[in-house]
Amino acid sequence: MHVHLYRLLAVVLAVALLEILCRGHVIPPLTLPAPSLIALGLLGVLAHGTFNAAIVKTLTNVGLAIALAVTIGTIAGAALHRAPTLRTLLEPLFSTYYAIPIYAFYPLFIVVFGLGDAPQVTIGFMLAVVSMIVSTLAGLDSVPPVLGKTARILQLGPVATVRSVTLPYAAPYLFTGVKLAIAYAFIGVIGAEFIMSNTGLGYEIRFAYDNLDNNVMYPLILLILLIAVVVNMSLDYWERVLRSRRERA
Amino acid sequence: MRRAIDRCPSLFLVVALLVLWQIMFWLVGRNALLPPVETGLYLAKLLQTARFWGHIAETGTAFIIALSIAIVAGLAIGLILGMSRTAAEVFEPFLLAGNSIPKIALYPIVLLVFGIGMPAKIAFGAIHGVVPVAIFTLTACGNVPPILIRTANAMRLTRWDTIRSVLLPAALPDIFSGVRIGFSLTLIGTILGEMFGSQRGLGYLLMTAIGLQNIEVIMSVTLLLVLIAATVNTLLLIQDRRLRNPVG
Amino acid sequence: MADPYPIHVALRDVTKTFQSKLGSIDALGPIDLELRQGEFFAVVGPSGCGKSTLLDIMAALAPPSSGTVTFEGRAIGTSVPDGVGVVFQENACFPWLNVADNITFGLRRQPIEQMEIERRLQYALQLMGLNDFARAFPAQLSGGMRQRVCIARTLVMQPRLILLDEPFGALDQQTRLLMGDELLRIWRATGATVLLITHALDEAAMLADRVAVMSARPGRIMEVIETGWPRDRDSRIVSDPEFGVITARLWSLLRAQSLHALRPDTA
Repeated sequence: MHVHLYRLLAVVLAVALLEILCRGHVIPPLTLPAPSLIALGLLGVLAHGTFNAAIVKTLTNVGLAIALAVTIGTIAGAALHRAPTLRTLLEPLFSTYYAIPIYAFYPLFIVVFGLGDAPQVTIGFMLAVVSMIVSTLAGLDSVPPVLGKTARILQLGPVATVRSVTLPYAAPYLFTGVKLAIAYAFIGVIGAEFIMSNTGLGYEIRFAYDNLDNNVMYPLILLILLIAVVVNMSLDYWERVLRSRRERA
Repeated sequence: MRRAIDRCPSLFLVVALLVLWQIMFWLVGRNALLPPVETGLYLAKLLQTARFWGHIAETGTAFIIALSIAIVAGLAIGLILGMSRTAAEVFEPFLLAGNSIPKIALYPIVLLVFGIGMPAKIAFGAIHGVVPVAIFTLTACGNVPPILIRTANAMRLTRWDTIRSVLLPAALPDIFSGVRIGFSLTLIGTILGEMFGSQRGLGYLLMTAIGLQNIEVIMSVTLLLVLIAATVNTLLLIQDRRLRNPVG
Repeated sequence: MADPYPIHVALRDVTKTFQSKLGSIDALGPIDLELRQGEFFAVVGPSGCGKSTLLDIMAALAPPSSGTVTFEGRAIGTSVPDGVGVVFQENACFPWLNVADNITFGLRRQPIEQMEIERRLQYALQLMGLNDFARAFPAQLSGGMRQRVCIARTLVMQPRLILLDEPFGALDQQTRLLMGDELLRIWRATGATVLLITHALDEAAMLADRVAVMSARPGRIMEVIETGWPRDRDSRIVSDPEFGVITARLWSLLRAQSLHALRPDTA
């Protein structure tokens, strides 16, 4: 419990420090308004529903990217697990994948898909899908052969084995994959919206920046950060719970 | 065929990707893509102009400074937190959160704080890189098998000697992985930082080319970036594996 | 019979209590124990009885909650005394160093000449059968080989007291028997006092001059059995009828304690 207390203390101290620096004009208000003002601004934005359309747009695109990445990623991972040569071929791609600036392909997607939501979703999908594939492969790799033998002794058919033995055993890895996919989908979609879109939260932040509208920009930034932090922390917590059941203290 | 692929997968992968590229070009057309050969030629042409090298130098300088900051700061944070188990436990979620937020959302703040130009690029790149270095360093310290520290105690090593001769070498493989990932992310961050509010650099080139629908520049610069990122990352990966599995 | 041997290590009234979330746990003691100079002493006991804690206290890796420990006549402080070597159960090889560098790790930190270091290294490689593996890395070796590296690393420091905490626990039975023979050879070659913690009764019975049997937690010494073996023994001693007698005695002492450790509710 001490740990949670310290964390809370750290956050409170950091915010308080910022507040003091901003109110004291050590940090100029044009650079960063006081945290309390940003928070109030966010409440106002949410209450008035000014940006509800953008929020919905972003969350929908992120959700779509996640759904696609998780489904296609799991299936692709499972398929690759059965096709070792293809897997060996693709492995260098997976190890280098996240080093490559995927955003550079964004203009290509715009030309192919036209303006609209597809380019954003595609970028989110492309960032997320590989972590899902890699995690699925790691999960399937981790199933010890002895469990497969146990399943056969118990007369389980292939489908039943996958359902009752393989998937539950690999579940923590799959969950990690989903968690990473969600994080990457957020990063991909919002980044794409920021760079070159005309809808969504990322775009609104860029628009506000271009118009020097700090009162809109900062609350929206805070909103994105809050969503990302809350979602990822909850997933982290679940992941820890799942893994703790498997591992000895 | 199968054994050939097993022995040299990267080669076959590159060939497969090139073929895929060519096929996509035939499907999509000249509005969106250039075929591989033409892209390569155009890139070669660009590399012969001093102006292009000016852009490369701009990005390169920003990147190197950003990476240095990221590594030093990341190591410092990771090691300091790694020394105390409580501190590590308290602050680790913050670091992990830093990894999962869309850092592009912080970009306007960086621009406002650092102004337009080099400092903003460097800062944005460093922000991308410092997080993985710190996280990996922190977990590396925690992953050192306690038996090794016990052995150092049994051998009567001083605390400083234990850190230097046992803890750091034991943690090095994980720290190196962090630096490897930090390298790639810093590069991405620096390029992103150049896309707005900059008048020079590869990111700036890319952004203007997007605006002007200049497919040749878009494709060549992308190709260059992918080549650099992939090559360096692969080299770092090889070293990473060598650190984890030293062979006599 | 008066004890004719000089005392190397003495524990008087040693206890160890741990603080945990559930309150304080009496892990060990009170323990009174004396190790004679140059003897091979084994300690057996049920799981959780505090055998490893006993070793830690002897090596000054952990302080006793009460009581005194003397080594070579002097009280042990908070730092590991000179002349004590420890071999652990887990693999303690440094994975980034090859075998030779692992073995000379401690030596290189002492003011010892390079030629002497080299000499001791060669001697240890020879003694432990590691000559062909000097340049190999721990990851390339089997569990038994790695333990040999750890033992070699301890040996080159020329310790006068060697403490081994279930060193062969992770090895298969046949390797353990062979390693036991090697341990006896080392013991005879170095003349050091050896303390071996083991859960294997047969190992204790065949290797040691004396065996202490510990009770379940809080561990106390119930009895110390003299085996009376000649100094130049090896694992073939298992065919000696006395071996069966000693092992039976150990088990009869230990059986009730082990049951008690498994199910603390049984009296």
